[in-house]
Amino acid sequence: MEKTVNQKAWFLVLPVLILVGFSAVIPLMTVVNYSVQDTFGNNQFFWAGLEWFDELLHSERLHNALGRQITFSLIILAIEVPLGIFIALNMPKKGFWASLVLVLMSLPLLIPYNVVGTIWQIFGRVDIGLLGYTLGKLGISYNYSQDAVHAWLTVIVMDVWHWTSLVALLSYAGLQSIPDAFYQAAKIDQASRWKVFRYIELPKMQGVLMIAILLRFMDSFMIYTEPFVVTGGGPGNATTFLSIDLVKMALGQFDLGPAAAFSLMYFLVILLISWVFFTVMTNLDKRDGV
Amino acid sequence: MAKITLDNLAHAYYPNPQNDEDFALKELNLDWVDGEAYALLGSSGCGKSTLLNIISGLLQPSQGRILFNDRDVTDSPTAQRNIAQVFQFPVVYDTMTVRNNLAFPLRNRGADASYIQDRVQKIAAMIGMEAELDNKARGLTADAKQKISLGRGMVREDVNALLFDEPLTVIDPHMKWELRTQLKSFHHEFGHTMIYVTHDQTEALTFADKVVVMYDGRVVQMGTPAELFDTPEHTFVGYFIGSPGMNVLDAKIEGHKAYIEGTEIDLGAGYKPVEGKSQIGIRPEFVSLTSNGTGLPVKIRRVEDVGRHKIVRADFFGKEINIIAPEGASIGADMNRVAFVPERINVYANDWRVKGEVA
Repeated sequence: MEKTVNQKAWFLVLPVLILVGFSAVIPLMTVVNYSVQDTFGNNQFFWAGLEWFDELLHSERLHNALGRQITFSLIILAIEVPLGIFIALNMPKKGFWASLVLVLMSLPLLIPYNVVGTIWQIFGRVDIGLLGYTLGKLGISYNYSQDAVHAWLTVIVMDVWHWTSLVALLSYAGLQSIPDAFYQAAKIDQASRWKVFRYIELPKMQGVLMIAILLRFMDSFMIYTEPFVVTGGGPGNATTFLSIDLVKMALGQFDLGPAAAFSLMYFLVILLISWVFFTVMTNLDKRDGV
Repeated sequence: MAKITLDNLAHAYYPNPQNDEDFALKELNLDWVDGEAYALLGSSGCGKSTLLNIISGLLQPSQGRILFNDRDVTDSPTAQRNIAQVFQFPVVYDTMTVRNNLAFPLRNRGADASYIQDRVQKIAAMIGMEAELDNKARGLTADAKQKISLGRGMVREDVNALLFDEPLTVIDPHMKWELRTQLKSFHHEFGHTMIYVTHDQTEALTFADKVVVMYDGRVVQMGTPAELFDTPEHTFVGYFIGSPGMNVLDAKIEGHKAYIEGTEIDLGAGYKPVEGKSQIGIRPEFVSLTSNGTGLPVKIRRVEDVGRHKIVRADFFGKEINIIAPEGASIGADMNRVAFVPERINVYANDWRVKGEVA
């Protein structure tokens, strides 16, 4: 049978093209447009070329924000991943307690970001917050709005509180998929608890752990709401991460050109890291070959 | 190496078992002689794996004791029992090489390096994986992985017993024979007590010195393949062993005679009156078709030629009866009677065999 050729069929994909165009392509191109121009308001634009990119690449402010961002992401990964695995290993495997623990563990994940920020903002306040007030009464000096170290601690503990569950739940799912026979064989082989973890549990969790790390890394790399609500990026610029800095630049100072260039570079960095993760993960799958 | 005694053992998977039905494994007393190879045979869900896991200590029995060489080990954990067990589906440590997989049980027991090296080499030769020793175990085929599991089971020399839980399920048919022969020669060489769980009678009969047949959580018979064939203690053993299984027919027993639907059959021995459901069992091998007007009337339904002999499926008062006829035998339309070899008839009361008195 001969195939009917009808080029009009292309019109069928038109709605999708329009939708994607309006929701993704045009806004992104607007940003690209801004990033190569300068404006003093009134919709008057002047060509700036790659000036903004050049300036930002040498800007100490951006370097510092990026440094803080990477430090933050690495710290929370270093805490949340081992802690999440540890919690997953100790969660009940079945029965009523397993369900209860699962529900309790997912609670922090269900709280809106700015509510989490508000909770910790109040919790840590020296005058009325349970944590801040108690620490003060115990004679421990703690004030996240004045001390950079305290601000960092607060933001990190908040993130750990908010997101460790995610790592734990994913690891738990990985652990649940290990057949009993593996544990039985390990007993027969007289493997120690550590060896069971190292040679059975960890390899079987590898896939979900990669996803957990990817999710946590991306999410923490783009973090905005929670630290903004708690510290507003302060004291000084101590907790000004990339997103916070970007918003300050774009909406606070209304530097549309640099902010647009900043956005594009931010976007490319995230794209790059995602690509690296994706490649590593697909290679792992291939190596498994099962 | 050890003699294993199961004393008054039973197991239920739920707490507070009330009656027989609640037990996955019903009360049993059994001795496994040191150095023998046993096959544990039965259909799925009859409690074979439960029994195996109790012996290796992966499961704690609800009642009874387990003794190794008369030492009570009921409360000892698996590690202290020093048992090797191979499971139905391959268990390998993915991130290790084949070599490290095989060496793992020895390393965990702190054996010295040169011994491990030797031993691993020997086992690798046995399972035919010398060439792959330094490959990662991940990504091997299922039967290669299972061979590693088997190898890991055999790598320790001083184990009390070697338990196999349907280890050849995932292995290719031709490889099955090969590995089973290997296991057998391994048994001859080292004389471990071996228990081999299977639901495949050929596997059981070729592997073991003694076969333990389980049915519905009970051990119904323990014996040599010949004993299981000649004198099945329970009708299940009769059905389950043999291809096709034993013919079991309802009959009335009176002394040296049995009556089926009014036809008289000679028995090889005399029997006391039988209580409850009475049946006779006769293997298809000892049934022959005749055309001389004596014996039980049958109607031949179909003949299956399996190569070395013919299996005749016949209808006997609405029940199927199987007959094995020699390959050369011609089966004519006038063959409408069957005769039994009297000495080969077993009598059953409520499914359990009754001993006759030879007259």
